[in-house]
Amino acid sequence: MADDAIFRIAGLGKAFGPNAVLRGVSLELRAGEVTVLMGANGAGKSTLVKVMSGVHHADGGSMQLGGNPFAPATPAEAMGAGVVTVHQNIDDGVVGALDVATNLVLDQLNAAGQGIFFNPRSIRRRAREIADRMGLELDLSAEVADLSLADRQMVAIARAMAHRPRVMILDEPTSSLSSNEAERLFTLIEHLRAQGVAILYISHRMSDIRRVADRIVSLRDGRIVGRFEDRPLDYEGAVNAMLGRSLGPRNITSKAATQPVFAAEGLQLVSGALPFSFELGAGEVVAVVGLVGVGKTRMAETLFGIHAPVDGQMRLDGRPYAPANPAVAIRDGVFLVAKDRAKTGIVPDFNIYQNMSLPFLRRFSQFGVARRRAERAAARRQIADLNVVCRSERDEPATLSGGNQQKVAVARWLSQPSRMLILDEPFQGVDIAARHDIAAKLRESAADRATLLFLTELDEALETVDRMLVMSEHTIVGEYLNREGDIDRLLADVAGGGRSAA
Amino acid sequence: MDSNLAEKPAAAMPETGSVRPRLPIRALLIRYGFLALLAGLIIFFSHATRGFASPQAAVFILQSVSITGILALGVTATLVVGGFDLSIGSIATSAMMAAAYVMVVLEQNALVAVLACLAIGALVGLINGIIICYMRVPDLLATLGMMFLLIGLQRIPTEGRSIAAGMTMPDGSTAQGAFSPAFLALGRHRFDLFIPNLVPAAVVVLIVLAVLIWFFLEYTRFGRMMYAVGSNARAAEFAGAPVKAYKIWAYVISGMFASIGGILLAARLGRGDIASGNNLLLDAVAAALIGFAVLGAAKPNAFGTAIGALFVGVLLQGLTMMNVPYYTQDFVKGAVLVIALVFTFALLGRNGR
Repeated sequence: MADDAIFRIAGLGKAFGPNAVLRGVSLELRAGEVTVLMGANGAGKSTLVKVMSGVHHADGGSMQLGGNPFAPATPAEAMGAGVVTVHQNIDDGVVGALDVATNLVLDQLNAAGQGIFFNPRSIRRRAREIADRMGLELDLSAEVADLSLADRQMVAIARAMAHRPRVMILDEPTSSLSSNEAERLFTLIEHLRAQGVAILYISHRMSDIRRVADRIVSLRDGRIVGRFEDRPLDYEGAVNAMLGRSLGPRNITSKAATQPVFAAEGLQLVSGALPFSFELGAGEVVAVVGLVGVGKTRMAETLFGIHAPVDGQMRLDGRPYAPANPAVAIRDGVFLVAKDRAKTGIVPDFNIYQNMSLPFLRRFSQFGVARRRAERAAARRQIADLNVVCRSERDEPATLSGGNQQKVAVARWLSQPSRMLILDEPFQGVDIAARHDIAAKLRESAADRATLLFLTELDEALETVDRMLVMSEHTIVGEYLNREGDIDRLLADVAGGGRSAA
Repeated sequence: MDSNLAEKPAAAMPETGSVRPRLPIRALLIRYGFLALLAGLIIFFSHATRGFASPQAAVFILQSVSITGILALGVTATLVVGGFDLSIGSIATSAMMAAAYVMVVLEQNALVAVLACLAIGALVGLINGIIICYMRVPDLLATLGMMFLLIGLQRIPTEGRSIAAGMTMPDGSTAQGAFSPAFLALGRHRFDLFIPNLVPAAVVVLIVLAVLIWFFLEYTRFGRMMYAVGSNARAAEFAGAPVKAYKIWAYVISGMFASIGGILLAARLGRGDIASGNNLLLDAVAAALIGFAVLGAAKPNAFGTAIGALFVGVLLQGLTMMNVPYYTQDFVKGAVLVIALVFTFALLGRNGR
């Protein structure tokens, strides 16, 4: 069956330094078929895409396009050979200041042998051809900057199609589209499929996958861990494989909450989402789990006062809690270890102790003057507590490994007592040893506060928390205790089985 | 735990974050290179010229950089929060014109003149900050616009004339007021330091302000938070910092420092000279940017700014005493700036603004 594959990858390996990202990936893409690639963060999806599109070079293994060896040295070479990639960031694919017609023929304008002057009429004519072939109904004279995200993406895809590719890679194309816009994209994908293009579609979104997939492959830790081709497709199995339940015996003794700390009633995160309620107690560690893009970060940031909820009430220790900004949340004892520490956590120009004391500098200051000795002593305690590998508390964060940077980001918020500690993807880009250190510290220190984690990887939740809330489409759809038996139902919820709420 | 610490030093370096151990000589060069160069210049000029190595010459250098130095210290505050202030030069000249107007035309005393100038500086800084933080105008453009606005505004009250005692007013009358002696003392009084009448008031003001802003930025909570805002505004916000307030304060500080520079300029000239102060902005910005290279900081810092201003002053004074013509001065300043910036960004590998 794999004989009719137009694109074939065998035993592909790629490492960055000591860090092996792809460990022997084998994959076939067939003409006129949409192959969905699923994988959690860090599974190696983007590295695979970059190798296929000529950005990175493989360390081992081979690729074949239409039976011939394929080893592009540059993205341009890959494109020329017929492997076209539409990247996740839509605006990387279009030039906002130019009109649609010019964007559509942009590659041709840069091709060799073009004159110095260009003829607007011939450009319009060529652009019209491309648009018609793709069924693109757009005003060709409109400026791309004025178009919606979906339209911009259509333009990017249409331009890619002008190369008449044999393989098209779509990297999370719907991540910033509304459902109506996504529907237009799917129509376009069907169009491509009918033209015999082999499509590799990368996404976490179950609704997308159900809509377009002909087959699914699951990637985990740099390996293909599941292929699903028989109809009806086994979506649950694919999610299961991607998240990987290859768990050893869990060493969690589930603890029940001692007393209620935080309660949300009828909380509505974004307009159109279903309201939900939940409670958190002191001493328990709870995870909100769900796929990427279901609103976990939105919820974390809402609890921390960065966004206001559309509707609903929150209570902290029985008192109404409606933080207008992070400063109020911190004052009330609600701390957030935000997702993506490089953007929202670590201050690159500050050393470790300055990073740790940042939110609490007032407590370390006398008459407005920071007491460095106290800051450094507190930082040294945290470094020892969390086992941060560094030379001293005066090291710059850039000299630390990802895991140790994350420990610094977490230690910052553990250095002062809190009522509710929220951690959004605290294990992202963190090695296993550091993950265990952080998780152990969280559980060990959890007695007097509510602890809420937001996690995509089920593994991480299972080895860290007492209770799990499942999130889907900006609302909580289920609740499970961390014990055998509940987990299978939970997987069904994460995959969105049977649920298609508004 | 300790064995763990010892076992994996630098083991799990991420692909991006790893830093190769630098040669000590390179580290030394980065840290002390600029200070060594300054010391070298001073030693060279002391041998090459007569009179360079004297207290009078040292004071003269300090006096020549006092006003630009004060402006540079102010603009350092805006650089710290990741901004920029192009309006400092025109704030200084506006303050100078305002001081002259208050005393000569409105016939007020020195205190009123000083307070009026400080108020103008603070107000312009506040407006700059609000335009940048709330109207979302990029810092360079907002302060560029403010610069033009002030250059024009300071000419309106006197219909484009310079202000001096006994000047003829637009309506034909003669201005009755004059610069008060107390005000002129700011520019002309000299304090005794071992040698009678050695240190000018402007130099004292420069040193006091330099120490103040250095302590403020390095040791206070407010200064630390300003650095946090400049280095990663989003992380500062997530740590509960009112990011916009810190930014606006930086522009207020910058405006007030510039107006102090304007007061000293007015006191030195003894008139509101419409044509003076043209070079203030560029010289001050140059000093602050040269400061990036001092001690390998690679970021705005008050000590570096002061050294940057001093460096330019020493170089110009030394060259002048060696009879290098005056018209090469701007070239020399520009060359120093370019070299310092290359040093900062190429050698230190940081990409700041």
